[in-house]
Formats: sequence, structure tokens, C-alpha cells
Amino acid sequence: MKEYLLLFRGGDAERKQFSPQQIEAHMKRWTEWIGGIAQSGNLVGAQPLTNEGRVLSGTSKKLTDGPFIEGKEILGGYVLVKAANFDAAVKISEACPNLELESGTVEVRETGVMDDHY
Amino acid sequence: MPDQNPEIENTVSHLFRHQAGKMVAVLTRIFGSHNIALAEDVVQDTLLTALEQWKLKGIPKDAEAWLFIVAKNKALNLIKKQKSNVLFGDEITQPLLQSGYTVETTVNQLFEENLIKDDQLRMMFACCHPELSEENQITLILKTLCGFSTAEIAKAFLTSEDTVSKRLYRTKEFFRENKIQLTIPNVDEIKKRTNAVLNSIYLIFNEGYNSTNSEELIRKDVIEESVILCKLLADNEHTQLPEVFALMALMCFHASRSESRLNDEGEIILLPMQDRNKWNRALITEGSNFMDKAAFGNAISTYHLQAGIAFEHCIAPSFEKTNWHKILSYYQWLCRIASTPVTELNRIIIVFQLQGAAVALKELEAIENKNKLESYYLYYSLLGEIYLKLNDPAIAKKHFEKAAALTQSKTEQRLLQNKISSLVQ
Repeated sequence: MKEYLLLFRGGDAERKQFSPQQIEAHMKRWTEWIGGIAQSGNLVGAQPLTNEGRVLSGTSKKLTDGPFIEGKEILGGYVLVKAANFDAAVKISEACPNLELESGTVEVRETGVMDDHY
Repeated sequence: MPDQNPEIENTVSHLFRHQAGKMVAVLTRIFGSHNIALAEDVVQDTLLTALEQWKLKGIPKDAEAWLFIVAKNKALNLIKKQKSNVLFGDEITQPLLQSGYTVETTVNQLFEENLIKDDQLRMMFACCHPELSEENQITLILKTLCGFSTAEIAKAFLTSEDTVSKRLYRTKEFFRENKIQLTIPNVDEIKKRTNAVLNSIYLIFNEGYNSTNSEELIRKDVIEESVILCKLLADNEHTQLPEVFALMALMCFHASRSESRLNDEGEIILLPMQDRNKWNRALITEGSNFMDKAAFGNAISTYHLQAGIAFEHCIAPSFEKTNWHKILSYYQWLCRIASTPVTELNRIIIVFQLQGAAVALKELEAIENKNKLESYYLYYSLLGEIYLKLNDPAIAKKHFEKAAALTQSKTEQRLLQNKISSLVQ
């Protein structure tokens, strides 16, 4: 089993138009989806992210506020899952409620070792 | 508005007692059995919030729903705040309570009305874990499921608050160390485990019914709560055993007589002198219905037989016209399946009634393990009655004195004192 990080972006524009009932139903589907992954024993962790942030860069450790990117590019949250391969991880991702929204995306990334970065 | 408002305080304390038990059961399921103390804290906090707000704004129409919403929000805030410091829930709910995506929906779902009864049932089974002593089981049930304070439990069981606190502490530690699961036992275990729960309910009911030393209000609430607990078992398809219905019947029959058992001064009125018009017919009918429901399966439990005895008393038009022979046959049966010195003693009281003092005295002397009765006031009280019938007031007096010294109940003591002084004259 490998670990895959599912990254959620977008969807905020549509979510802002939701009625309270729609929000509740949407959150229920997130719970069902993540609950299903947990029940199969493949959930490692899951958290939504707030839109606030700090960015440190380079040797100077220069500190700036926020991710400073376009709204739809902002990382909205993540789920870390165990899966046999990319296909299995993508299969899990297909049911993600972020894909109920036109501008919503799920990026599936395999966790690896630092070797790949040299 | 003045700070003290007796109407609100009274409504609130009764409502709180009952709702607190339900809320602790739900919150313990959410937080996990290792966090009972936390569940109790949140409930306490909820009740304080209610008291403050209701004093100003009055009691809301649906007070129960109000309490549950407040408790839920407090629980939710607490979980969100503690996200990674404390582990909440069980294997299934733990990851869902840790994630911001799922925590709110999960808590909402766990708070759904139709799940609460199962939560109480699970909690009841956990409280009656086979490795806990009877007294620890009962103390925990009264505290967590029935909403009694440590002080009230101490009063009801004639013990110190310190002892009660220690029992609760040890039991909660046991839950934490052994990671006790909140589940309804599986089919193989359910009969045995349900019987353990019934035993605790029976002891709690007896305490409420027989104790004349605790305050009237606590006593009535203890009875009411034990009936509610047994009803939970009777309403759930997994726990509908004949014994459960038999205990329900027994409690109904006993409770039907409770208004006639004490006079205005709080003194005991003995069965022959009780005003039978005061007996609650509706409860007797309810008890009979439970008796009908209890009549299946292939085993007669002690609850069946005790309910049968209580029923005979309930339907007798007078003390004299009671079907003593039938009652004696039930007692004989009871002594065959579960002989204890105390049941033998009760059987012999009927023998005394039917066959006279000489036979009763002979049988009393033949009881096995009689020494266990030597600290029991009723034993000496019966000996007193027997010697009185045998025209030996001097020995009778000695036994009555011994009985009076042994009972802790003030009303029993007065009753015995009256007998002693009538002998002196």
C-alpha cells in the first residue's frame, strides 16, 4: 500500500450560493465519503484548510501573508489515503463531493521519497 | 427577578435529573467511554447555562430539545478545540471526529433522537460490566444514567460522599484502563449480561422502595428512574427477555402500594393496616399486562415468582382474604430455585401466618447459614412475633429490642419501640 494525498481546490464560488439545507446535505456527503474511506481502513488524515496563511521563502525566510494566488487555485483541504496504486487512489477520488461543483478539482499525488527531487 | 425562583428550581431539578442521564449517555458515546468524566462535565455545564438563562427568560417550551442543542454545541466546540490533544470516540468515530470535514455532521448524527435510547442501553451494559462489583455498578448507574448527585447517592445508600466518590473514580479508571466498548452484547452473551443489568435495576428499585431513611423526593425519583431503566430493556427487541417483563410487573405491583405504605408522619403502615383503596389500580393493571408478556420461554425467574407474590397481595380484597396458600407455594418455589437465608425468612413469615408459631419457630431454626441473618433486624422482629404468639412476652421483648438496635430506619425503630412499650404495659 502506498499513500496518496488528495488535494482539493475550487468550488468556493458555488458553495457560497448554497442554502443552509444544501450546505448540510453537502457536508453529509463529505462525511459519508470520508467515513467510507475510514471504514475500509484506508484513511490516514483529512482536514479542510482556512483561507488564511503565511508563506516563508528562501534563505532570508522572508515572511508574507497568504498564498497570494487566484481564488480557485487556493488549496481548500486534503485527504491522505492508503491505496494500492494511482488507479485505486483515483477511484477513491471520483466520489469526492468537491467534484459536485463545476469549478472543483481533486489533485491526486503519490507520496514518495526525497530522491525524486535531486 | 429575584435570584431564587422555587417553581423554576423544582421543574428544573426534576427535568435535569432525567435529561442529564440521557445527555451523559449520548456524550459518552461521542467522547468515548474513557471520557465519562468529560461527558459529565459538559452536562453539568449545560445545566448551569440553562439555569442562568431560564431564570431570566423563563423555561423554554421544549426544554428538553433546548438542553440537547446546548449540550451538542458545547461538545462540538470542545472537540474542535481539542482536535489533536485528546482522542474522542471509538474506532469508527475517532477519525471522523478528528477531521474538520466530518466532525460537525458526525456529532449531529450521534445526537439524533432515535439513537439516544440505544446509547442509554449501551451505557447500562457498560455500567454492569461483569468485572465491576454490584455496588460500583449501582453507583455508576445512579450517577451517570439517572443523574443523581454524589450526595444524594450517599444519602440513599447510607454511606459517605467520600465513599461514593471513590467508587465512581475507581469505576471510571476501570473504563479507561480496559477501554470498555459501548456496545449491546452479542446474542451469546445478551441473556447473561441482561440479567446483570436487571439485578442492578432490582437493587436500585429496592433501595428506593424500602429505604425510609432517605428524603421522600429522592426515594420517589429512585423508584421512577429504576422503572425507566427497566422500560428501556423492555422496549428494545434485543433485550425483551421474560425476566425483563417479570421485573417490570414486580415493580408495578410494588409501586402500586407506595401511597399507602407511609402515614403523614412518614411512619410505616404495615400491610394488614394499609388502606387498600389507596392502591393504584392503573399500576396493578399495567403490572398484570407485563406479567402476561413475561409468560414465555422455558424458565421461571425469581422475578416471575416475586411478581406472582406481589400480585396476590394486590388483588386480595383484605389482608385476611389474601390467598396465603398460593403465596406460600410461590415462596417454596422461590426457595427451591434461589434459596437465600432472607427468602427462607420471608417464606417462614407466611408459614407463621398459616401454620402457627410452633411450626414457624422450628423451620426458622432449620435455616441453613442462619448466622447470615443474625445482623438482619427482620429475623429478630419475626422471632419477637413468634414468641409473642407463644405467650412469652419477656423473650419477645428481647428480640424486638435486638431488632430495633439493628435497623437503621427511623420508622422501623419507632414501630418496634411501640411494640416494646405495649409489652411493658
